[in-house]
Amino acid sequence: MSEPRFTDVDSVREQLREVDYLSDEGIAGIVYLADRLGKPILVEGPAGTGKTQLAKSTAEILGARLVRLQCYEGLDESKALYEWNYKKQLLRIQATRSDDEDSGWADISDDIFSDEFLLTRPLLEAITADDPVVLLIDEVDRVEVETEALLLEILSDYQVSIPELGTIEAKQVPLVFLTSNNTRELSEALKRRCLYLHVDYPDMDREKEIVLTKVPEITESLADQVARIVRSVRQLELKKAPSVSETLDWANTLLLLGVDKVDAATASDTVNILLKYQSDIAKARKEFASDSEAFEGSSA
Amino acid sequence: MSTPAGSAPGTHPGDAGEVAGALAGPALLELLSGFIVELREAGLPVSLTENLDAMAAVREIPLEDRSAFKYALAATLVKNHAHWRAFETVFEVYFSHRGSHYGIGDEADAETSPFDDEDMDAAGQGDGSGQGQGQGGAGENLTPEELAQMLYQSLLQADQAMMRAAARQSVKRYAGMEPGRPVGGTYYLYRTLRNLDLDGMLEQLMDAAREQAPDDLTPLEERLEHDEYESRIEQFKQEVEAEIRRRLVADRGVEAMAKTLRKPLPEDIDFMHASREEMVSLRKALQPLTRRLAVRLARKRRHGRKGALDFRNTVRHSLSYGGVPAEPKFRYPRPSKPEIFVIADISGSVAAFARFTLHLVHAIAGQFSKVRSFVFIDGVDEVTSFFEGTEDILEAIHRVNTEADVVWVDGHSDYGHAFEVFWQRWGRDIGPKTTVLILGDARNNYHASQSWVIKEMQHKARHVYWLNPEPRAYWDTGDSIVGEYGVHCDGTFECRNLRQLERFVDHLV
Ligand SMILES: Nc1ncnc2c1ncn2[C@@H]1O[C@H](COP(=O)(O)OP(=O)(O)OP(=O)(O)O)[C@@H](O)[C@H]1O
Ligand SMILES: [Mg+2]
Repeated sequence: MSEPRFTDVDSVREQLREVDYLSDEGIAGIVYLADRLGKPILVEGPAGTGKTQLAKSTAEILGARLVRLQCYEGLDESKALYEWNYKKQLLRIQATRSDDEDSGWADISDDIFSDEFLLTRPLLEAITADDPVVLLIDEVDRVEVETEALLLEILSDYQVSIPELGTIEAKQVPLVFLTSNNTRELSEALKRRCLYLHVDYPDMDREKEIVLTKVPEITESLADQVARIVRSVRQLELKKAPSVSETLDWANTLLLLGVDKVDAATASDTVNILLKYQSDIAKARKEFASDSEAFEGSSA
Repeated sequence: MSTPAGSAPGTHPGDAGEVAGALAGPALLELLSGFIVELREAGLPVSLTENLDAMAAVREIPLEDRSAFKYALAATLVKNHAHWRAFETVFEVYFSHRGSHYGIGDEADAETSPFDDEDMDAAGQGDGSGQGQGQGGAGENLTPEELAQMLYQSLLQADQAMMRAAARQSVKRYAGMEPGRPVGGTYYLYRTLRNLDLDGMLEQLMDAAREQAPDDLTPLEERLEHDEYESRIEQFKQEVEAEIRRRLVADRGVEAMAKTLRKPLPEDIDFMHASREEMVSLRKALQPLTRRLAVRLARKRRHGRKGALDFRNTVRHSLSYGGVPAEPKFRYPRPSKPEIFVIADISGSVAAFARFTLHLVHAIAGQFSKVRSFVFIDGVDEVTSFFEGTEDILEAIHRVNTEADVVWVDGHSDYGHAFEVFWQRWGRDIGPKTTVLILGDARNNYHASQSWVIKEMQHKARHVYWLNPEPRAYWDTGDSIVGEYGVHCDGTFECRNLRQLERFVDHLV
């Protein structure tokens, strides 16, 4: 197996911090393990908690190229792995027919099923690359269960079988990240091949750090208030809790408005940046305005 | 390979003879195998590959780092976030007692021994000889006032070490733990917390915050301070729980403890017998479940079937390949959405089930052309309007429980009467596109069944399904007459937990 990429967990965490990604012990630890064990990481968690960013930032610290396969329903082999360039193949067949009447099908097929006619897609590209790459298979829960099967071979053996060409083996074992918003259960087969990392909303201190890092002009005190209010808002029973990216949007908005202390009125006026559903916004506004006795939590 | 941090404290009955630091392959393997057996017992699906991965993973991390050890195991063994709590419980139990021996516990350096046998014997007698000295101010024989003061200070300053010491002292003083006593951890937790008056503590902390502030706290500031102190108190409670667990494990041994702490996974919690705590975790599990279902169902609807070949479109595209139909095009059919009628018994024992099902159905209402809801006990009422014009399903369900007019005579379930009235008032609204879901245990208090209503319904409707939250073995025993109704339904389903409910909804669409 290739040289380990990291010396220890702390160095992963430190390097990620240097590229403005605030991880925690669990996140850094699993990235470290993935490298040591040569296994992909399945990153699951709510939207906007930095799953995709983790792959990007890891690529950045390794100086590796990020090869990304964005998943969507209907994704198939020809978009994920490889495809024969059949337009080119057709042309070649026609050309061969006209200038050489008696060339057999065997010859033609040898000819047209060769590298020259192969279009590599992200998965194949990632393992055949000569330069270091990080492979990101983003939002894997969006493909149909059956399509997951396409990923299995590459995830466990780092190889791709092409019937017409044989098996293509990896030149390198790339670090692989799969992300999922958990809209459906992934297959056991896929999960077995991966290390599992659940990335949740960050705790208050980490969120504050993220705000300070990503919104550098913000004051310590404003970042602190933002993180506190977001924590409280997340405790409400909402249709959709604010994500880290929404926290950042909100912090930027407050900064633009020149706010240095977030009072209830400001919070109410700007909470639509933080929350997306009308009912959630209404709920939060109500909470901002009333006193703490009302927050004991209403149970349905 | 690393050696344990510090020298291990006194030996324990269960592990007598085991040499600290002998964590060569076989010992570690054995330890892990035992752990995995416990996980499986708790219902977690751990495969053989994952077992081997866990083994490989712990070789890559320093064993004395307890939290690294935990993450390494979790990443290889638990692939479903809903199972995290179960994993954590087993982990804490399994590795708390052995922690210091195996050098994977951070307790080893925190004190001499929180789970000494003498400590156990001494519990309740206030001997305190087993306690570490000078631990964040944790002296011996604190008076209740001193203990309260220490807790207050630790919460005020968010001092983790002092919180831990306070937790240890609180358990020692108030839990009343006795060796071999067959009561669960929650009992001790309750006893400890009751004596600490944490609500009063929160008030005190809030007063301090108010005093410290230069101006009056605004309601928003109050709220934020409140949440902050509440989260610290929550942290303290976890310390108390951990302390109790440590002592129980020391007293009873790992296997016995793991067994008593075994909790069902959220998706397996029985609607009819859920404790308050379980209700909370059920509600938490419902949110992601509905989201998951909605996405999945929408997808199924769009891509469920490949439609017929779109001939013209295919030919059009073939022109660019010299007439070779290289790229076949299909039509996507749009199956019509069903209309759903939910008729739910919301009396006592089945109320929780009705609530969860109503919530689920309304959360995915977009998958149906229309959802109408009716609730009954012995009277029946339509509650569709509660769900209209609001996105807040919980609020709507709250109104269902408080405002719906469902009591006719005495507030005991009378399915027969409820069905009759339903049929008179709304029967004509049921048509060939309607799917009817009836929710209830069909415990009819020996009233007349009026099962003809269901029969008529089934004639008019597309489908009639019955969902029963009772175990199938109890059906048609006592006053349950689900069989009598069931013969007229297109299907009867046992729906005791979220897992079964989810499966049914999948089947429905
Ligand atoms: N730990 C973090 N450190 C720094 N920035 C973060 C962190 N977490 C999230 N962010 C920021 O939040 C934004 C959203 O992150 P990202 O797109 O990676 O989320 P995601 O989890 O992939 O969301 P989705 O599920 O919607 O795809 C990014 O722009 C990133 O900068
Ligand atoms: Mg993403």
